[in-house]
Amino acid sequence: MPRRALWAYRGAPRRYALSAAAAAERVARESYGRLLAQLAARTRDVAAAEDALADAFAAALSAWPRGQVPDNPEAWLFAAAKRKLIDAARRKRTATQSEHQILLGIEELEAEMTAHDAPDRRLGLMFACAHPAIEDAVRTPLMLQVVLGFSAERIAAAFLVEPAAMGQRLVRAKKKIRDAGIGFDVPEPAEWRARLAAVLDAIYAAYGAGWSDPLGADPERRGLAEEAVWLARVLVGQVRDEPEALGLLALLLHLEARRPARRDADGRFVPLDEQDVGLWLREMLLEAETILRAASAAQRPGRFQLEAAIQSAHATRAWRGEADWDAIVLLYGALSELTGSPVARLNAAAAIARRDGPEAGLAAAEDLAANFGVLLDYQPYWALRADLCARLGRAEAARAAYDEAIIRESDAAVIAFLKVRRNSV
Amino acid sequence: MKYAVIVYETADDFAAREDERSKTYWDGHGAYFGALQAAGIFTGGAGLKAPHTATTVRLRGGARQVVDGPYADIKEQLGGFYLIDVENLDAAMAWAEKCPGAATGAIEVRPLVEMNQS
Repeated sequence: MPRRALWAYRGAPRRYALSAAAAAERVARESYGRLLAQLAARTRDVAAAEDALADAFAAALSAWPRGQVPDNPEAWLFAAAKRKLIDAARRKRTATQSEHQILLGIEELEAEMTAHDAPDRRLGLMFACAHPAIEDAVRTPLMLQVVLGFSAERIAAAFLVEPAAMGQRLVRAKKKIRDAGIGFDVPEPAEWRARLAAVLDAIYAAYGAGWSDPLGADPERRGLAEEAVWLARVLVGQVRDEPEALGLLALLLHLEARRPARRDADGRFVPLDEQDVGLWLREMLLEAETILRAASAAQRPGRFQLEAAIQSAHATRAWRGEADWDAIVLLYGALSELTGSPVARLNAAAAIARRDGPEAGLAAAEDLAANFGVLLDYQPYWALRADLCARLGRAEAARAAYDEAIIRESDAAVIAFLKVRRNSV
Repeated sequence: MKYAVIVYETADDFAAREDERSKTYWDGHGAYFGALQAAGIFTGGAGLKAPHTATTVRLRGGARQVVDGPYADIKEQLGGFYLIDVENLDAAMAWAEKCPGAATGAIEVRPLVEMNQS
């Protein structure tokens, strides 16, 4: 290293290190799935592409502080990962793939990368993960890992599975993609319908992971919600007339439009009913409405269209000052019928409480809990119960229910909110 | 990629080879073979005689052990296989679905081990 550069590095290591880490983190967030999909598309070896990409990021962290962050960090990372991939292929020729084949694949994708309109292969990668030849329980976790770069530990926590078991299932699924020759193409319409549900679920799960951190305090989650919205847009672009894909995009835009109102200036949780509609992003709400209308034109209702319609009924508060509670009760009823989900039924009970009063709502909620025992371990059940008991003047029961809700919540902002509510009973 | 399209047949499928349904049975495989060839993806294959003709051999401690019958005593038995060369698993699955026996038995699709060319 030239002396001058060394001096520059030693004189201001912290600043450089920070900017390199920040740049790498930004590229990781924005480009991880795109790079991985590009690297793995030809060889179908997702695990090898992951290793190469991880090495490239590590190389970036050590190389960038010494000089400048490159003008095009994504291209830099791609080039570095590509070299690692070639090296790895040279070191370990597998029985199924000759070095020649791998080099040929790399050449092709290099030509593709330098072409002006490099195709985004992430969607193809997602459909590969959702292939019927992949064990169905691992499809969504696999997508979260390969497209969004989630660690096995983090996925395991979200899916309530042991990290080691999740890790093994992910490894097995990646081997299947490579060895069975699963293609990275967006399939034909007749085929994609069967796989679409898993793709939609994964995008929604990614949004959910970002949703629980609206202020972007957790660096691993920052940008995830926007990324999920973006993926939903890419999906809609590919499977144009698929109403459920449109429904998902409409749903995410509705939720995203409320992000600025979900925490107050001090970072405190603000429930939907109490959000300042002036903070909702009108343009985004209108876009969501337009997309939802386009979805309903196909007359093939589904879960995500119903969920989007529910959010749309909430959004009417921005225009008419009041949510459309009749519609919300009706739509949650339809969603319960469609999915059989106790959570949808509980939301229906909450809507009934808003429309017909706390007594009717509490009766509906208690009725549900008697039929679906799982609700007794679900924070929103207790929060709803607490709120309705408080409204009915049953202070003792309300406080007890708030206690039950608090022990079942992990989000600090929500816990703080529940405690304030409890103390005001 | 090269795949084996492996046909598992029921006892009734094996019976159909020889009773009054025999022409339909063999014409079915003939037509399938023709379609694979016409598509330019056929690279090999063979039909196997019924499971009762099978003999299973093991070498244990240097000694040969012989058992009358197929390796696995299962409801659907290996009846034959086609070797095809197609783009990817989806293409192989699409051909498997068209294979005679898919509607009665089961068709397993499995990639072939490709030996290093260098």
